[in-house]
Amino acid sequence: MDRAEIESKLVDLLVDELGLERDKITPEARFEEDLEVDSLGVVELLMALEDNFDVKIPDDEAEKITTVGEAVSVVEAKLS
Amino acid sequence: MSQRRVVVTGLGTVNPLGRTVDELWKNVVDGVNGVGVITQFDPTGFGARIAAEVKDWDAEAYIPRKDARRLDRNAQFFWVATQQALADAGIAYAEDDPAAERAGVVAGSGIGGIITMQETVDVLRQRGPDRVSPVAITKIISNMAGGVISIDFHLYGPNTTAVTACAASANAIGDAAEIIRRNDADVMVAGGTEAGICELAVASFTQAKALSTRNDDPASASRPFDLDRDGFVMGEGAAALILEERDHALARGATIHAEVLGYGMSADGYHITLPRPGGGGAARAMQHALEDASLDRSEIDYINAHGTSTQANDSTETFAIKTVFGDGAYSLPVSSTKSMTGHLLGGAGALEGVISILAIRDGIVPPTMNYATPDPDCDLDYVPNEAREAQVRYVMSNSFGFGGHNVSLVFGPG
Repeated sequence: MDRAEIESKLVDLLVDELGLERDKITPEARFEEDLEVDSLGVVELLMALEDNFDVKIPDDEAEKITTVGEAVSVVEAKLS
Repeated sequence: MSQRRVVVTGLGTVNPLGRTVDELWKNVVDGVNGVGVITQFDPTGFGARIAAEVKDWDAEAYIPRKDARRLDRNAQFFWVATQQALADAGIAYAEDDPAAERAGVVAGSGIGGIITMQETVDVLRQRGPDRVSPVAITKIISNMAGGVISIDFHLYGPNTTAVTACAASANAIGDAAEIIRRNDADVMVAGGTEAGICELAVASFTQAKALSTRNDDPASASRPFDLDRDGFVMGEGAAALILEERDHALARGATIHAEVLGYGMSADGYHITLPRPGGGGAARAMQHALEDASLDRSEIDYINAHGTSTQANDSTETFAIKTVFGDGAYSLPVSSTKSMTGHLLGGAGALEGVISILAIRDGIVPPTMNYATPDPDCDLDYVPNEAREAQVRYVMSNSFGFGGHNVSLVFGPG
């Protein structure tokens, strides 16, 4: 899966499972400040990433994910 | 301080007979059946395979996905019912409105997010503890239906939840009225909800021999006071009433649907499921409600009974009514709308409160449907099978919960 595919799938996840607004989701968008994802939502997001991409994201890496683009990068790294 | 009076200025509901108050009432008056074969899960192999469901429920038609997905079904029902009720009352608080501190919520539910609980146990057992959702617990706890109301509708006054089983939302209405009476709030959302039609609850209630197993004829299964009744039919849904201090309502020109006049309670202190033989506890609750309302028993025009369609409740409640009302019981219409809506458990008291208020508004006594064969132990006028026009000023509504929780409410005209 290339980066573009990962990003596309991630955006779908954010819309379908977390109920975020599609047009607000950009690579630079910050989950908490821009997308109004609260602390519980961040956990849900990470679990959804793990389930949907079949990867494991340990806590120390999870803590560093603050934007959409960073989430894509982490998944991309785990899949390569 | 002279007694503060509590009136009802808004109504809202989502239940097996309707997604609005108007739809509910039309169907109640028309004797429409809300019971069918269970669709929320495959009931094959279950002793009871029928229920009164809110069919094709789509929470996102009312609540944005982001919020709807964090609510168990029971909380979704209560959210929508409350939204309707507040709109009906013409009440809305901005996030920073100081008056919002004088507006609160008392909700009621038998078991809150049991559907989420069942799903979460499956995740836990099949995939392990670290796959459990971070919002599972918030969806499961019974207070959250009421808690979310304060968040989303900006109500910063007293906020509690009653969990007295089938009496829960009757307690909620009474407790909310008391909060207004003692001047801790001017406006209260009062009501309840239940969404328990899942394997766990249906299996458990079946094993307790509480449910009708008339699976071959669901529409006739809920038959309160009938000789051949064999248990209650589970229902789901929610109802919300906006209670308001009377002068506060009058000052803003609100439409007043009814007044909450009496709230009576008692405990049977007898058994976890069976009512005390002779119905002494229920009788005391009814008596207290009359005294609280300062009404003579002869002034009650209609009783919306608890009337679950169990052998035990219906005969015991009949005896209790006769104890309280004496010979007057024989000229007092008593009906159970559970014959149409099923038993909404923690939501029943509120739904039946709404129905009682509409009976007053329109002067129509709702029927007990499926009434075919009289039971010698149940010999009152149950308004069989057809609604009736009548003078309806004062209505008593009964709700009795497993554990022996007895609540009786009295409503009067607005």
